[in-house]
Amino acid sequence: MKENNEQKILTGAGILMEILKDEGVDTIFGYPGGAVIDIYDELSKTDIRHILVRHEQGAVHAADGYARAKGKTGVCLVTSGPGATNTVTGIASAYMDSIPLVILTGQVPTHLIGNDAFQEVDIVGITRPCTKHNYLVKRSEELAETLKEAFYIARSGRPGPVLVDIPKDIAKAEIPFTMPGEVNLRSYKPTYNPNQKQLQKIAALISESKRPVIFAGGGVVLSKGSAELTRLARKTTIPVTTALMGLGAFPASDPLWLGMIGMHGTFQANMSVGACDLLIAIGVRFDDRVTGRTDSFAPNAKIVHIDIDPTSIRKTISVSVPVVGDCRLTLENLNQMLEQTDSGGIYEKREKWLNQIREWKNSNPLSYQQAGIIKPQYVIDSLFTLTKGEAIITTEVGQNQMWAAQYYHFDSPGHFITSGGLGCMGFGLPAAIGAQVACPGKTVVDVAGDGSIQMNIQELATAVQYSLPVKIVILNNRYLGMVRQWQELFYEKRYSFTAMDHAPDFVRLAEAYGALGLRATKPEEVIPVLKEGLASDKTVVMDFIVEREESVYPMVPAGAPITEMLLV
Amino acid sequence: MAGERHVLTMLVDNKPGVLSRIVGLFSGRGFNIDSLCVAETVDPLISRITVVTKASSPEIEQIEKQLNKLINVIKLRTIAGPNSVQREMALIYVIAKNGQRSEILRIVDIFRGKIIDVGPEHFIIEVTGNEEKITAIINLLKPMGIKKLAKTGTVALFR
Repeated sequence: MKENNEQKILTGAGILMEILKDEGVDTIFGYPGGAVIDIYDELSKTDIRHILVRHEQGAVHAADGYARAKGKTGVCLVTSGPGATNTVTGIASAYMDSIPLVILTGQVPTHLIGNDAFQEVDIVGITRPCTKHNYLVKRSEELAETLKEAFYIARSGRPGPVLVDIPKDIAKAEIPFTMPGEVNLRSYKPTYNPNQKQLQKIAALISESKRPVIFAGGGVVLSKGSAELTRLARKTTIPVTTALMGLGAFPASDPLWLGMIGMHGTFQANMSVGACDLLIAIGVRFDDRVTGRTDSFAPNAKIVHIDIDPTSIRKTISVSVPVVGDCRLTLENLNQMLEQTDSGGIYEKREKWLNQIREWKNSNPLSYQQAGIIKPQYVIDSLFTLTKGEAIITTEVGQNQMWAAQYYHFDSPGHFITSGGLGCMGFGLPAAIGAQVACPGKTVVDVAGDGSIQMNIQELATAVQYSLPVKIVILNNRYLGMVRQWQELFYEKRYSFTAMDHAPDFVRLAEAYGALGLRATKPEEVIPVLKEGLASDKTVVMDFIVEREESVYPMVPAGAPITEMLLV
Repeated sequence: MAGERHVLTMLVDNKPGVLSRIVGLFSGRGFNIDSLCVAETVDPLISRITVVTKASSPEIEQIEKQLNKLINVIKLRTIAGPNSVQREMALIYVIAKNGQRSEILRIVDIFRGKIIDVGPEHFIIEVTGNEEKITAIINLLKPMGIKKLAKTGTVALFR
């Protein structure tokens, strides 16, 4: 790079544009307002693509979907006050799932801060516990450096959302600008390289183990470590399960694939973890939906835990070998180490174990019976077949999410985009919009329920405005199905306020938005509707009228050991 | 919540909102704060925060990790053992009527405290020391009538 000592005079908004360009940002999801009008004015003079959402929550989820599909930092821009508060759910979701986002919020001018000015809210205070870090820019001179830091913090270490609150006068003020140098924060130095001694311990455990299981999570996807994970599993013949966030980190078509673990995990995955003598956990945080009762989680196993975030280690589960490091780098190092050691006879050692797992798999596979009324599982099953497993699937939250996780089999990372930690209804449609913007050539499908789709249905207008051919599959049971399922199983069928007896006609609603609306009411209509919807180059809403009281199985009751499953 | 007493000392960026991040972390994650002291260090860009908390051993590990994760926390240590010094300060407004004044003065003397304000019917006593010492003098003065009490939290350093 050539030295450029000549200082440009720029407004704060102009500086923001320079930083965005420098960070390689080509797309922003946002919603204008008074406090960001100067930023929007400057934005219109750049090549950065702006997607105008219909609600600020949608902007954050869309940026989240974009970030996951593209593997880079998502950016959104909203105004002060309500614009900022509307982002909170989206930020909290991204924080739980460690998604790199930079959220830019407008703020009232600095001299009005604290005066309860029009559209003023302390968004830095509000989002402190649900961001990786956040900033209020109080002096123009700090703006450029703050923005660079925000991007650096969002994407490095364990990624997460970072919010930068920019007062209107800071956006307007003109100051000399030079591009800040590389970010160097003395108080923030993530550990990427694993401790080699710990890796030697893992290698030794692997060679001794008779019943090992790998348990991978979102950290493998985020660190782009899937190839190394697959290499490790195949090299050592260790079966693999993943958390919801880890789906796609290991190919579902591989014979070593156990399926998802946890509350709605497969029988063989949960049983394997219950019986294993070595659990290699990579990029996971042992969420309660994964572990069930913690004192009976993997009770016979030595547990290895690899994660970039030290707080994830020993938070809920005590481990034998903790390793702090980047998942991909750690796996790479471990694989290199294992390649130098003799792995003779390893398969023979595992044979009994693999047979046992096969037995579990055959005794209680995921299953459903398609009879008179459309089964939701059949819709996902057919969607998987028709898209050859290559679509990007986003989900809402609840039964739709679990059926998508169980019946769509992911072979590669970045294809399953869901609000895992926060479990945020209304996530799927805007996330699908973001994913479609990131991957224009791909089929992107939002698997939704009739309840959750209504939480951000206004984003249909966004999809249509930008001609995004997002497909929405509504599994319509006129219930908040997952809560209804709990009420059925644990509250003696008292369906307290879970029936959604009135919903709009989704087909006509789609048409009103300018999208294509389709409906299937009988099993034989499922495939034709899916085919027509998938073939269309429009935004499509497909309304599948499914069995009302179908439940997701297996199910581990909350707080029970994961090996104690309710089966179909 | 069962747990031992731990003294955490940390150097943090001296910026607005940093204390709120730390306090928010404790309340949000259900950890407790027994006492808290914050002040600028020799370097005006850095503050030292001392927190006393009660926590079980897995809990204190998690507290330390969570604090270290905060972007503004530069350095964190748990202070314990003979290699450390710990002090608190108390200002005690004690009723001092005739007949009790010399007894109070004796107690203050024993604890190497100072009388920093005298009135016809009261003293204000300044005393510093470790937690046990402060508790002891307060207990001794209680029968005379402590009208007001201001205590700092613990501050601590390694030798």
